[in-house]
Amino acid sequence: MSEQRHQVTVTVNGVTRRAEVPARRLLADYLRMDLGLTGTHLGCEHGVCGACTVLLDGAPVRSCLIFAVSADGHELTTVEGCCETGGALGPVQQAFLECHGLQCGFCTPGFITTITAYLEENPKPTEEEAREAIGGNLCRCTGYQNIVAAVLRAAEIKRERETPHE
Amino acid sequence: MSDKHVGQPLLRKEDPRLLRGDGRYLDDLGRTALAAAFVRSPVAHARVTDIDVSEALDVEGLVAIYTYEDLPDRIAEPLPLLIPHPDLTHARTPHCLANGEVNHVGEAVVMVVATDRYIAEDAAERILVSYDELPPVVGIDRARAAERLVHDGVPGNVAAHSVQTNNHGDAHEAIAAAPHRLTLDLAIERSASMPMEGKGVLAHWDADDRTLRVHSSTQTSTSVRLAVAAKLGLPPDRVEVITPDVGGGFGVKIVHPWPEEILVPWAAIKLGRDVKWVEDRREHFISAAHERGQQQRVEVGFDGSGRLHGLSVEIWHDNGAYVPYGIIVPIVTSTQLLGPYKVGAYRVEFTSLYTNTVIVTPYRGAGRPQGVFAMERTMDAIAEYLGMDRLAVREVNLIQPEEMPYDQGLVFQDGRPLIYDTGDYPTMMRMIRDLVGWDGFEAERQAAAAEGRRIGIGVAAYVEGTGMGPYEGAHVKVETTGEVVVSTGLTTQGQGHYTTLAQIAADVLGVAIVDVTVITGDTRRFKYAVGTFASRAIVTSGNAVAVAAGKVAEKAKRIAAAALGEGVEAEQLELVDGLVRRRDDHDVSIDLRTVAVLSNPLRYAFDEAAKAATQFAAAANTGDEPGLEATGYYMPERSTFAAGAHGVVIETDPETADIKILRYCVVHDCGVVVNPRIVEGQVHGGVAQGVGGALYERIVYDEAGQLVNASYMDFLIPFSTEVPRIQTAHMVTASGLNPLGLKGAGEAGVIPTSAAVASAIEDAEGLAVRRMPISPSELYELRKGRVHA
Repeated sequence: MSEQRHQVTVTVNGVTRRAEVPARRLLADYLRMDLGLTGTHLGCEHGVCGACTVLLDGAPVRSCLIFAVSADGHELTTVEGCCETGGALGPVQQAFLECHGLQCGFCTPGFITTITAYLEENPKPTEEEAREAIGGNLCRCTGYQNIVAAVLRAAEIKRERETPHE
Repeated sequence: MSDKHVGQPLLRKEDPRLLRGDGRYLDDLGRTALAAAFVRSPVAHARVTDIDVSEALDVEGLVAIYTYEDLPDRIAEPLPLLIPHPDLTHARTPHCLANGEVNHVGEAVVMVVATDRYIAEDAAERILVSYDELPPVVGIDRARAAERLVHDGVPGNVAAHSVQTNNHGDAHEAIAAAPHRLTLDLAIERSASMPMEGKGVLAHWDADDRTLRVHSSTQTSTSVRLAVAAKLGLPPDRVEVITPDVGGGFGVKIVHPWPEEILVPWAAIKLGRDVKWVEDRREHFISAAHERGQQQRVEVGFDGSGRLHGLSVEIWHDNGAYVPYGIIVPIVTSTQLLGPYKVGAYRVEFTSLYTNTVIVTPYRGAGRPQGVFAMERTMDAIAEYLGMDRLAVREVNLIQPEEMPYDQGLVFQDGRPLIYDTGDYPTMMRMIRDLVGWDGFEAERQAAAAEGRRIGIGVAAYVEGTGMGPYEGAHVKVETTGEVVVSTGLTTQGQGHYTTLAQIAADVLGVAIVDVTVITGDTRRFKYAVGTFASRAIVTSGNAVAVAAGKVAEKAKRIAAAALGEGVEAEQLELVDGLVRRRDDHDVSIDLRTVAVLSNPLRYAFDEAAKAATQFAAAANTGDEPGLEATGYYMPERSTFAAGAHGVVIETDPETADIKILRYCVVHDCGVVVNPRIVEGQVHGGVAQGVGGALYERIVYDEAGQLVNASYMDFLIPFSTEVPRIQTAHMVTASGLNPLGLKGAGEAGVIPTSAAVASAIEDAEGLAVRRMPISPSELYELRKGRVHA
C-alpha cells in the first residue's frame, strides 16, 4: 500500500516552499530531495556530527532528527541562506574563506549555520567561547583551530558590515 | 603581479562554492535515480543457508532484489587483489555479494533497488537470511592462537609472513653482543579513517551511446574505471568515472573497487535506469575499512651512550577478513619504523593475520603511527634504563645531514629502495626542543607540583616516505579567452588541489591564479593516473603540472616568435602578466590569449578573435600541433622523504586520571611549500586525528565479532573541546628527487601523536605506557599496577 503523503509548507531562506511528503520524511531529506537544497549534508543521521544543522525559527537544530511534517509552517535557514542579499559571502562564510576554516567542506554547512545563530546571541566572543560554541559539530579535516579563528573573524566582519558607513 | 604564486599563503579557489552550499558531493547528484540498499550480515562468521525474499516482494516501489546467484561470471568472481606481493601467500578477497559464507558483520549479502532509499530499506528489512553460524576469530590473540580459522585453507590464519633485514649484519647477534638489552611488548588498537562523508556510487547507462558514466566518492577514479570496465566486460573507452566533491577520504576511499562500485553500475545497465547508493554511517562502520591494530615485540641492543647496535622487531598485524589492498600497512610499519635514526643491524618480521572483522587498509599514516610508536617507545625505554635525557638518546642516533642520501637498506612500499633523499634531523630536534620548552621543563614541572598538579613532557620524531610513483600526469590548455585549464587524473578530497596546482601552473605560464581552473578525478578530462594517497598528490601531480605547463610555455614562445615577426627568436621570450614578451624589450609582446588563437590555424572565423588565425591573415606557422596545450607526466624514481617532530605537554589529574593536553608543538619539513596556509591546515587536521587515536578513538569488537561502538555516539572523534591549540614551526629541506623540490604533507600530522602523548604520560606518571590509545580509566588501572587492557 502506498504511504499517506502530507503537504509541508515552510519558509526557507525567505522563500515559501511546499512539497508533499510521507510522514517519515526527515527534514534533511525534505530539504535535499524535495526542495533541491543540497547544501545541507548528512554525516551520521543520528544527531551527533552536526553537519545537517539548520536554523528553525532562528535556532540551530539537527535536521536529521526532525520530521519534515514537524517543520510545517516554520521558518528555516540553511547554508544557502547564510549569504548576503545579492549572493556575496555572508560574514561567517567570508571568515571561513579568510581563515582556511574548511578543507573537504562537507561538515562546513553545519558550522556556518551554527555560528551564524551563535553570533546573534554573542556578537563578541572570546577565543574560549568561540571554541565552546562549535563544540557540538564534528570536523574530520581541520583540527578546529582555523574554525575557532573563523568564529572570531566572523564576529569582526559582522560588526564591520553592521556599522553604517558615514 | 609578477610575484611567484608558489610559496604564498593564497586563499583557496574552491572555497566560495563550498561555503555557499554549492558543493556537488555524491549524494547531491542523481536526484531522480533509483536507490540501492544492502542486506548485510549481522553475524561475524557463518554459512548462508537460505535467503527468503518473499515478504519483500509486495513492498510498493521495489524494483529489484539481487543475491549472489544473480551475478554473472566476472561479477561473481572474487574482487581483485590490488597489490600482490610474494610474501602474501594466502590472499583472500571478498565477493561483491556473499558467496555462501560471510566473514564479518556488515558483509553485503543482498542488494535491493527501489524508488527511494526509504523504500529500499523497507524491502531490505523484510528479507530473511538464514545463517549457520561458525565460531568467529576476533582479535590478534585469537588469530595467533589459530584454534579457529577464518578461511578454510589458510593455516594459522596467516595471510602473509615477511622478513626484512638491512645491510648492517645479523640483528640478533648485534643485540646479544651489545652492552645493554631491552625487550618491549607494545600494542596499538584498531581505528578508522571515518570521513564525514561515507562512500557512494551513482551510475548512468546511456543505452544509445553504449556508455557508462559512474560517479564515485573515491580516491582513484582512473583505477575504478579500469576495474569497472574489466568486471562489466566493457571496453574502458565506454566507461567514464568522475569523482565529484568528496567529503574526506583519509585512506578508506583508495580501496577499490568496493562491491558497490561494481554492483551499482551493473544494476543500472540491467535496469536501464540511473541507480545510486549512498553509504550511511552504520554501514561505513561495519563495511568500510579500518586500520591500526597491531601487536609488536621489540628487542634492542645498545651501549652506554644510548647508541643502538641492533634492533629486532616482530609485528602481528590484524588484516581483517580479506586483503584486497595487500600487505601495504605492515610493510610501511616495518620500514618507516626506523624514522630519522641509524639502528645498527635491523631485522623486522611481520605476520599478517585474518580475523572475522572488517578489512584493514591504509588510514592516514598507513602503518607509520604504529612504527613510530615502537621506535619512540624504545628510545624512551633506553633513556629510562640508562638514566639519560630522552632527547639526548634520540640525538645520538640521528642520521646526519652530510650522510644524505641515506640508504636504510630495505625495500619500501613502492618496491623501490628505502633511501632518504634529503633531511636535517639534528636541526629538526633542536627546533622541537626549543618550541616545546624542553630545557625549561623541570622548572615548570616543579612549579606545577607545588600547586598539586602533575604534568609531563614527551617528544616523538618520524620520517615519512611521500610522493611515490608510478606516475601522475596533467594536461594544460590555454583557451582563447586566456583561461588556463589544468586537468590531472588524481582526485581531491579537501587538500586544496584546485589552488595549489593552479599556483604551480600560474607561475610557469605567467598568468594570474584567477585565470587558472583545475579539474581533478574526471576520466573524461584525463585518463591516466594512480590516485590520491600516501601524501603523493602535490609531489606527483604538482610536478606533472609543471612539466605540462612548461611544454605549453615553450609552444607559446615558438608561436609568439613567429607572430612577432622578423628578428624575434623563441629563446628571447618570456611569459609574464598574461603576455609573451621579449626579455630585453618589453614593448615587443603579444597577449597569451592571442597566441592561443594563433595556435589553432582556422579556415572559418567564428568570432572576432578567431579572424587572426584564418588563412588570409598573417599565419604564425610553426609546424606545431593545433591548440595551445600539452600533456606532461612526472614519474618519480622513488619516494621522497619528509620528516617532523612533535612535542607535547600533558597534565594528568592525580585523582581522576583525566588526561589533558596543555601544549602541542610541531616541527614539520615537507620540502618546498607550495601554499603554507594549506600545509598548516593539513598539519592541524592530522594532529587532531592523532589526538583522537591517542586518547579517544578505538574500534571495539566483542568476542562474537560485533562492532559494539558503531556510531558517532560511541566512537569518539574529538570535538573542538578535545583538540589543543597547535603551535607549528616549518623547516625546508628541498627534495633532491623532483624539479620543484616538493615533499608530501598530507599524512604528517597524525604520525607521531600517539608516541608523543604516550611519552608525556609516562613522564608525568613515572610508569610505562605500552599500548595506545589510553583513556582516563585505563590510566587509573595502570596506576593501580593492573594490566592495561
